[in-house]
Amino acid sequence: MTSIPRDQWYVAAYGAEIGHDLFTRTVCGESILFWRTRDGAVTAVPDRCVHRRFPLSQAPSRLVDDQVVCGYHGFTYDAGGRCVAVPGQSRIPRTARLLPYPVVEQDSFVWVFIGDRAKAEASRIPRAPWLVSPDHTTVAGMEPLRARYSLLVDNLLDLSHETYLHGGYIGTPEVAATPITTAVDEQAGIVHVSRHIDDAECPPFYAKSTGLRGRIARWQDIEYTPPCLYLLHSRIAPVGSVPGPDGADPDAFHVEVVYAITPETEHSTHDFWCVARDFALGDEEVSTFLAESNRTVVLQDVEALNVLEQVIATEPAGCQELSINIDTGGLAARRLLQRLCAAS
Amino acid sequence: MTAPSGDRVVRVHWVQGTDRLRAVCHCSAEREFEDPVEMWEWLLGHPVGHAS
Repeated sequence: MTSIPRDQWYVAAYGAEIGHDLFTRTVCGESILFWRTRDGAVTAVPDRCVHRRFPLSQAPSRLVDDQVVCGYHGFTYDAGGRCVAVPGQSRIPRTARLLPYPVVEQDSFVWVFIGDRAKAEASRIPRAPWLVSPDHTTVAGMEPLRARYSLLVDNLLDLSHETYLHGGYIGTPEVAATPITTAVDEQAGIVHVSRHIDDAECPPFYAKSTGLRGRIARWQDIEYTPPCLYLLHSRIAPVGSVPGPDGADPDAFHVEVVYAITPETEHSTHDFWCVARDFALGDEEVSTFLAESNRTVVLQDVEALNVLEQVIATEPAGCQELSINIDTGGLAARRLLQRLCAAS
Repeated sequence: MTAPSGDRVVRVHWVQGTDRLRAVCHCSAEREFEDPVEMWEWLLGHPVGHAS
């Protein structure tokens, strides 16, 4: 059985990556061709000509107005995947059609539905509104990961690794030392993991971006909606500061860290990351610092998980792992993912 | 941030000052564990062993 749930929405790209040009990305083992039509809509179809399977993203395939022309024999498809021209004959075979993928552009992401198109309900796509909010400034990127997506899920659900893998960047001793609270909403299919540190060293990532010095209160509240969207609500404040009963939190700095975890294949992953802040809005220096710092942290994870993938992929079956309290959230996420896989 | 709510929320608290986990099922059954794998098996096993 595959470990990648089907009948699910996945982030395929940032909207900014797709223009009026051919763009390809593999999602859940399926090569998909994207382009933005002249009316601004993103279209997604299989990146294979129905004739001889030539990739439609491969030159000399090309986009002519809103139609893609296969560079091998000239089969031509419209934005809905319908074949409108074949070489040398007027009859177009009835089966000459690329079945379009359901696509939704939302919160700066391009989501595609992988699986039975009849089950594609756009209302099921989890939201990340900060990424396009005028009240936030966002930096973002995407790193290719040569590891199965479940390793990134494990990594992000247990932030105690920050202390060891990201020391000097976002990790401080208090992260690993502070107990977590975990909740699973069985109906919504969401894992929540919270770690509220009342008195912690301020890591450089936050000291340099917020200007806070010395000890801080640091809250980490994770919401993971399997399989793809991970939110980390990060709150940084002076020690002793807490939100008011009405939710007002003027002394705190809030950072919404968003990951889209999209399997490319069974053994590789697109690691989309975004950092949205509610302070220093529009400050280019802070944006550059946060972008560079977060990318460094993401690459530290990528390097570690690439190695781990090689270890796991070459180990004999039946090797045991050990779980302790810090893994409570990760184990919950695995359970929800197994449920999604079984359902698909 | 959306706080978990609803009829089928299970919660796991790391008991302060200890290495133990207290699992609370949506049916209100509670139990403490030292092993998170064993804990999830119990929570998942609802309603088996959840009678108070």
